[in-house]
Amino acid sequence: MFGRSIPGYLDLYLMIRLENIHKSYLMGSNRLHVLKGIDLEIGKGEFVSIMGASGSGKSTLLNILGILDAYDNGHYQLNGTTIKGLSETKSAYYRNQYIGFVFQSFNLIPFKTAVENVALPLYYQGIKRRKRNKMALDFLERMGLKEWAAHTPRELSGGQQQRVAIARALIAQPKIILADEPTGALDSQTSKDVMAILEEVNRSGITVIIVTHENDIAAMTQRVIRLNDGLIVPGHTEKVGRN
Amino acid sequence: MFDIDKWQEIFSTIRKNRLRTFLTAFSVAWGIFMLIILLGAGKGLENGVEQQFAQDAKNSVWLGSGMTSIPYKGHRPGRPIELKLEDYEMIGAMPEVEHITASMRGRQQRTLSYKKESGTYLTRPCMPDHWILENIQHIDGRFINENDIREYRKVAVMGLPVRDALFGKEEALGKYIQVDGIPYKVIGVFDDVNERDENRIYIPLSTAQRAYNGQNKLGTIWFIPRNKDARSSGLLMQQIKARLADKYQFDIKDEKAMWSWNATEEYVRIMGVMTGIRVFVWIIGIGTIIAGIVGISNIMMIVVKERTKEIGIRKAMGATPASVVGMILQESVYITTVAGYVGMVLGVLVLETVPDYIPESPFFRHPEVDFRVAISATLLLIFAGSLAGLVPALNAARIKPVVALRDE
Ligand SMILES: Nc1ncnc2c1ncn2[C@@H]1O[C@H](COP(=O)(O)OP(=O)(O)OP(=O)(O)O)[C@@H](O)[C@H]1O
Ligand SMILES: [Mg+2]
Repeated sequence: MFGRSIPGYLDLYLMIRLENIHKSYLMGSNRLHVLKGIDLEIGKGEFVSIMGASGSGKSTLLNILGILDAYDNGHYQLNGTTIKGLSETKSAYYRNQYIGFVFQSFNLIPFKTAVENVALPLYYQGIKRRKRNKMALDFLERMGLKEWAAHTPRELSGGQQQRVAIARALIAQPKIILADEPTGALDSQTSKDVMAILEEVNRSGITVIIVTHENDIAAMTQRVIRLNDGLIVPGHTEKVGRN
Repeated sequence: MFDIDKWQEIFSTIRKNRLRTFLTAFSVAWGIFMLIILLGAGKGLENGVEQQFAQDAKNSVWLGSGMTSIPYKGHRPGRPIELKLEDYEMIGAMPEVEHITASMRGRQQRTLSYKKESGTYLTRPCMPDHWILENIQHIDGRFINENDIREYRKVAVMGLPVRDALFGKEEALGKYIQVDGIPYKVIGVFDDVNERDENRIYIPLSTAQRAYNGQNKLGTIWFIPRNKDARSSGLLMQQIKARLADKYQFDIKDEKAMWSWNATEEYVRIMGVMTGIRVFVWIIGIGTIIAGIVGISNIMMIVVKERTKEIGIRKAMGATPASVVGMILQESVYITTVAGYVGMVLGVLVLETVPDYIPESPFFRHPEVDFRVAISATLLLIFAGSLAGLVPALNAARIKPVVALRDE
């Protein structure tokens, strides 16, 4: 456990710093305590996977990291900025500036073409249509999908859709990619291709955090964080040390 | 506000969601269309009734000779009551009476001829004020005057169709026509609001009484009171009837002894009906607007629900709440504006063309819609539509992205 033992100057190298994060869901009169005090630090440029049983709180944690959801207690610092009680507008700004999302079910907008989907984050940065579509096309080309640019998601295979989603996550040049089971809907070969792309993304210096169920997927990351019953399992925060 | 990029984003959404757009647009256009048709039809009804009343002076009172139907002070029913010239003079002398005319009893269809042309027309003996009570709009030459009456002149004022029939293109004024063989000089040609009242000629009452053995008996006395409200004219009529009932010895409650008709009362009654119609039209109209608003807000609610996931995605990509509200509102305002305009234009078009194809009816004519009303109704619906879109839009903006993104 790193915890508070890391001296302050090391914060410079930290992308994510969580201290004692709690999160519960209200279900009618019941309170479901999902995260029960998460302490976690992830360095800039790390490639990390989060594993754990179904319902252990992996998605909840990732959503908090992505500022898609708020946490109840604790302290969260993203790239040196404290993320606490932000307005929706401010959250939107940080998401747009820092974070790229990849989802298990891709979450592409069905009536937009691949290139329009990829360009969407740039629209919210106020970049002109022509410029953003050109950039989107470049990113699609990097994903090997240039010919599919004018197709809508339903015309693409799962692997292709996920690559479009990765292109979209990358286009705004985020500091961090958050991927919740990015290979969950893909066959094993396609999963390997997607992981190879994420690995390459990581090599370009972007921090990548993925949630996965599969050991061989987790094994492709540098570090596995295990969640159990709302807490990080200390012994299992192992360094895989692939490179 | 005018941001080409924003508009392109909205147009691409509209283009790619045609059914949704069509449904919203259709409900708005239909609402406005129905509203315009409704207002137009109401106005047509109003115009029709108004026209019915434009025919004669709206505030006149009729009294007519009749026959008793109730025994009175020893008199048996079935006794004729006849108005006389002196009654005309008595009523005309009352300060409460502004204009007055009278007509004779008996046959009034007479054969008119000029050179080789001839025809049978209503030949109406009357007094100088008669044209005012008939609401005659225009006279070439002049109408019958006091001198004509006093000197029993044989002069005639004829309706346009009579002039056309007898004279063709020839000038009629100053010429002599034969009325049942007696020559009358044409002194005027008139235009009435109502075409039915144009197929006739007017001659001085005094002349007619002398020529056709009318003695001093009158068929009707017709006058306009100085105070034109229904109450005053009703009271005046009762007062005159009481005086005549006393003079001719009949029961004032005997409607058949002396029939009377107060156009003012009738007019007020019809105006009441018209107010009723107007209120009814507006109630339905407001109902239509409310239905339109409810329809739009329902559709917007469905639209927002359908777009929840998309909104979640957009938020994850950095869409601010304001941009989400803006996107949904701008789209709904755009659709409602275009659809509202189309509905309005179609409604006006139908109002302009359809009446040409339906048979004319005395109580329905020239349906039209006040342009200001049409525009305000359209603007109101657009405004309401946007407002209806605002609530779901605000809700959409408030959804946490994590909730919006959750798989169903
Ligand atoms: N919005 C919510 N409201 C109520 N309960 C929730 C909500 N989201 C998650 N939960 C509950 O919180 C717990 C953790 O959910 P979470 O989605 O984080 O698990 P997970 O580790 O991602 O599981 P999986 O591997 O199945 O995706 C679960 O019991 C889940 O039912
Ligand atoms: Mg999960």
